[in-house]
Amino acid sequence: MEKQSDLLLDIQHLHTAYRLNGKFYDAADDVNITLKRDEILSVVGESGCGKSTIAASIIGLYDHKNTKVTGDILYNELNLVGLNESLFDKIRGNKIGMIFQDPLASLNPLMRVGDQVAETLYYHTDMNEKERHERVIELFNQVGMPKPEETYSMYPFELSGGLRQRIVIAMAIACKPEVIIADEPTTALDVTIQAQILDLLEDIQKQSHSGIILITHDLGVVAETADEVAVMYAGQVVEKADVKTIFNNPLHPYTRSLLNSMPQSDDTDEDLHVIHGTVPSLVNMPREGDRFADRIPWIPASAHEKEPVMHEVEPGHWVRCTCWKTFHFDDSEASGE
Amino acid sequence: MAKEIIQVKDLKVHYPIRSGFWNRITDYVRAVDGVNITINEGETYGLIGESGSGKSTTGKAIVGVEPVTSGEIIYHDVDITKSKNRRKLNYNKDVQMIFQDSMSSLNPRKRIEDIIAEPIRNFENLTTDQERDRVQELLDIVGMPSDSIYKYPHEFSGGQRQRIGVARAVATNPRLIVADEPTSALDLSVQAQVLNFMKHIQQQYNIAYLFISHDLGVVKHMSENLAIMHRGRLVEIGSREDIYNHPMHIYTKRLLSAIPVVDVEHRAENKKHREEVEQEFQNDQSKWYDQEGRVFPLQQVSGKHWVALPKDELEREELKEEGRN
Repeated sequence: MEKQSDLLLDIQHLHTAYRLNGKFYDAADDVNITLKRDEILSVVGESGCGKSTIAASIIGLYDHKNTKVTGDILYNELNLVGLNESLFDKIRGNKIGMIFQDPLASLNPLMRVGDQVAETLYYHTDMNEKERHERVIELFNQVGMPKPEETYSMYPFELSGGLRQRIVIAMAIACKPEVIIADEPTTALDVTIQAQILDLLEDIQKQSHSGIILITHDLGVVAETADEVAVMYAGQVVEKADVKTIFNNPLHPYTRSLLNSMPQSDDTDEDLHVIHGTVPSLVNMPREGDRFADRIPWIPASAHEKEPVMHEVEPGHWVRCTCWKTFHFDDSEASGE
Repeated sequence: MAKEIIQVKDLKVHYPIRSGFWNRITDYVRAVDGVNITINEGETYGLIGESGSGKSTTGKAIVGVEPVTSGEIIYHDVDITKSKNRRKLNYNKDVQMIFQDSMSSLNPRKRIEDIIAEPIRNFENLTTDQERDRVQELLDIVGMPSDSIYKYPHEFSGGQRQRIGVARAVATNPRLIVADEPTSALDLSVQAQVLNFMKHIQQQYNIAYLFISHDLGVVKHMSENLAIMHRGRLVEIGSREDIYNHPMHIYTKRLLSAIPVVDVEHRAENKKHREEVEQEFQNDQSKWYDQEGRVFPLQQVSGKHWVALPKDELEREELKEEGRN
């Protein structure tokens, strides 16, 4: 067992349901993940699998009328589920920082970027104006902004995409949070900028010993930055392990299919692997049995569990359902394996 | 030797910057500044660049929707930058385009049947039945169910919409399709599907693609020859082998080193390599770019491999290569 203080976030049996046409549908279904200090946990999956739902549930940014969150999100023994708003305000942005995908949409276009970062400090610390200004300049230096003093009084539209994302990161780490949630932080950026931002995130994590939840759909990004990986499909975590195990010994059919559909091989005459069917929508999601079963129809129903649960196959490597034992790629596709 | 289908010669697209009291033209944005590309029949030519490098502008100029400042685009021995020539050759039938954002490139108020039939109606005189058969056939090619013709774009997923975009581009039996980031908005498994369909269609109908993308992995999978673009000019062109295994220009090396690799074991080495290349790129700007920060003209290194280097630099690089071998 690790020391109690190393455990930053302990998410147990998280269910997040959205109301659609008067009924609630689980977008995150029984999610169990933990985040430790000094760790980058990557949540991977395709669009619509519930990655961002988890992020919204942790940080409490959801429509309270039409969303139902149950289960436990324990942060230092404090349960964030159902926490009242005034308490949450003290944690959000202070202890838990968030980095959003689209930096332009998450910055106020009418406010100087320096003031936007200082605003976080205004609410969460008792610094005076001069101290706040100094801290912002310090943060700008930390996130590698060229000319921090001049940037302070610029507006978001005057900055490039990479620099905007650096501002958002500066905002997220302003109060030295213990947990940073990065929701697709580099999806809107070019590859060279992406590499810089990911390196920056790693540096920040090493300096501040925080834990980062990195939500992404890019397996390359996962392989380069993550320590632990949780693969999600249709609202459930289907495989969970450290990064080496996920890439060297993937077991769940979905993980293996995803890795297989990456354009990586040098043989370009070969077709890419295509996963049969489509990701089910929230309303049509199968609620019973293995949710991935529809997409690997050549695997007999007897291979799946009736109520698929996570099994620990080897220490620290969890896989949902038992169908991985007999899983093979469809021969008629000749997709190799 | 494969027959060439289109030849872009010294293409320039400049946008004026107006300022001052009279709003006169004071300078130009050189979006595309002297690009030379030759695409062969039935091949996929990759055009790679970061945002703002001018790759999409080049694509649009080739399709003919972007007015060209100077330069020639030769198709069937005729310069098609003049609209008169385009009309004479039926160029707009032979060259089609696939767009990045499938939602905004399909009219939300039209049914799929009308969307796909639109290019057919422009160029062919078919009866209603013939037209419907043709649309069905096209939907078949991209693996869409036949009842989709009565549906609207919003009823489909992103991957399906992109396949409708492909079907529309193929409708007129084009010789060349300019695909501008066709899969960058799609998920991995859906991307695989669209790329597979594009490849099958190419083999079946011998269509050439100009594949514009920033994703070097996808371009590597799709194209035999490719060009890297930076600041409106070409930095390096060559075969897949040349670019991926023997990159010479620092910008190409930088791009290649920045792609996240699925290689957990060598993560630290990759990062170190990336930082070294980045360092070199920052320090040696003057070696790779001229005083105005522009890329040098291309120099031939071997058969298909051209690199933008000043003359003396090229010789030094060659010596280095020989020393290595």
